[in-house]
Amino acid sequence: MIEVKSLTRRFGPFTAVDRLTFSVGEGEVLGFLGPNGAGKSTTMKMLTGFLEPSSGTATILGHDIRNDRLAAQREIGYLPEGAPLYGEMTVLQFLEFIAEVRGFHGPERGAKVAAAMGRLQLDDVAGQTIETLSKGYKRRVGLAQAILHDPRVLILDEPTDGLDPNQKHEVRRLIGEMAAGRIIIISTHILEEVHAVCTRAMIIAAGRLVADDTPDGLARLSRYYGALTFQVAAPQQVASDLASLAAAGAVEVSGSEVTVFPKDGGGDLLSAVQQRIAERGWQVSGLRLENGRLDEVFRVITRKAAGHPEPIKEAA
Amino acid sequence: MATIMTLLRRELGAYFMTPVAWVFIVIFLMLSSGMTFFFGGFYERGIADLEPFFRFLPWLYLFLVPAIAMRLWAEERKSGTIELLLTLPITPAEAVVAKYLAAWVFIGIALALTFPLWITVAVLGDPDNGAILTAYLGSWLLAGSYLAIGSCLSALTRNQVVAFILAVVVCFSILLIGVPTVVEALHGLLPSAFADGIAALSLLARFDAFSRGVIDFRDLAYFVLVIVFWLIANRIVIELRKAG
Repeated sequence: MIEVKSLTRRFGPFTAVDRLTFSVGEGEVLGFLGPNGAGKSTTMKMLTGFLEPSSGTATILGHDIRNDRLAAQREIGYLPEGAPLYGEMTVLQFLEFIAEVRGFHGPERGAKVAAAMGRLQLDDVAGQTIETLSKGYKRRVGLAQAILHDPRVLILDEPTDGLDPNQKHEVRRLIGEMAAGRIIIISTHILEEVHAVCTRAMIIAAGRLVADDTPDGLARLSRYYGALTFQVAAPQQVASDLASLAAAGAVEVSGSEVTVFPKDGGGDLLSAVQQRIAERGWQVSGLRLENGRLDEVFRVITRKAAGHPEPIKEAA
Repeated sequence: MATIMTLLRRELGAYFMTPVAWVFIVIFLMLSSGMTFFFGGFYERGIADLEPFFRFLPWLYLFLVPAIAMRLWAEERKSGTIELLLTLPITPAEAVVAKYLAAWVFIGIALALTFPLWITVAVLGDPDNGAILTAYLGSWLLAGSYLAIGSCLSALTRNQVVAFILAVVVCFSILLIGVPTVVEALHGLLPSAFADGIAALSLLARFDAFSRGVIDFRDLAYFVLVIVFWLIANRIVIELRKAG
């Protein structure tokens, strides 16, 4: 269990993290979402004991990060933003160093290093100097040092940033594998990632917690949730026709695409629209029921927090 | 303690994995022996001691030790590895001590490699070996003092050039207040007791005692205090400015 209580960090007059309070339990993969500069990294730096909170605190499995920092740090595996590493060392030397600092010596050290290298497929580059490795490999070395001691808490700051799609997939698979029995916190600004790996998502804007839900729950906040989108030859005409339906709220046109939003208490939008299409004989393609757009929720919520309350008109 | 040893080994290893160690050792040996023979008049003096070698050492170290010290923390800041280091279960004090000791041992290795000079005087004459050993100890302590100053100043910035210049200026000032002409000038400007007080803070006077082969407990305590003081300051700087 990680419990965060009124965690605050100020840099001079600027408040980077503002009274953040939440808790995360075992088995959860929590995604921190937020625009750049929202305070995601600062929060992670405080949880891992790198930065002192200005006020408030957090406990990692019962260890307070202010009074019992080393005990908290022993429980945590951390990948800092950009995965900084000692470039002049070889992969093997570096991981052996991390293992020793984590208190593993002799055969135990060898076993831990071998397991971490195996898990991240680093055996082929074990003898290479870290600074000569590609970005993807460096990130894997960073992840290997984070999971080396089999930590119960994993904190990963933008673990897939700058990786190619295959590498991203690999990292997400690894996070999924590690999730059972652990607490994982990742930060990201890639929204698809939240759906792919997180069981819970928190949106942070201007240092404050502005939304906290499952990824699906957040998507449900989208005005697109339950809307119908399809393509048709004469969209303007179709749109004005559909607006007369009892189940339909607003209708928007973008290019050849028509989006019909449901009206509250208007009944079953899908069957009403399908019936109208059949009656009029329109040639419709790509009809889909929207699950809600996380990127739209993200924009509306973070804009609101930044003091632009009006919803942003969606350009699909 | 085990943590400090692990960190120390990594740091010391890092010197030899990069050209830093080899360049430093070669330059140090060339300059120190060059000064001994050309400016010190090693042969011409006809005295079997290493005074010409130790006389120039404080001035040589003035530039070479800050060159080692500048990277200690500035580089960790620049590359971001300071975040990796300080989120491992390591206290800042352990990190400061381990990095310092690694650099100090490294400088000690370079100093020890000047042993052919000692062999030369031992072959040519009958030197006071105890005095030479004492002078070596003094040299290492002097380098350690410069290094503690440089390490602390390196923690202030992520720019190694800034760290180097700051360290040279501070070390130079502390050295200078012991130079006789400066001491005289101070006596002209300040009350006598005050001027003496300032001159007593100089590294140079303490080092001179060692280089003459005299170990005074007060000189030893002085070096230890300087090192401890600057390392504590170093730890405070790290605590206050971890990020940035």
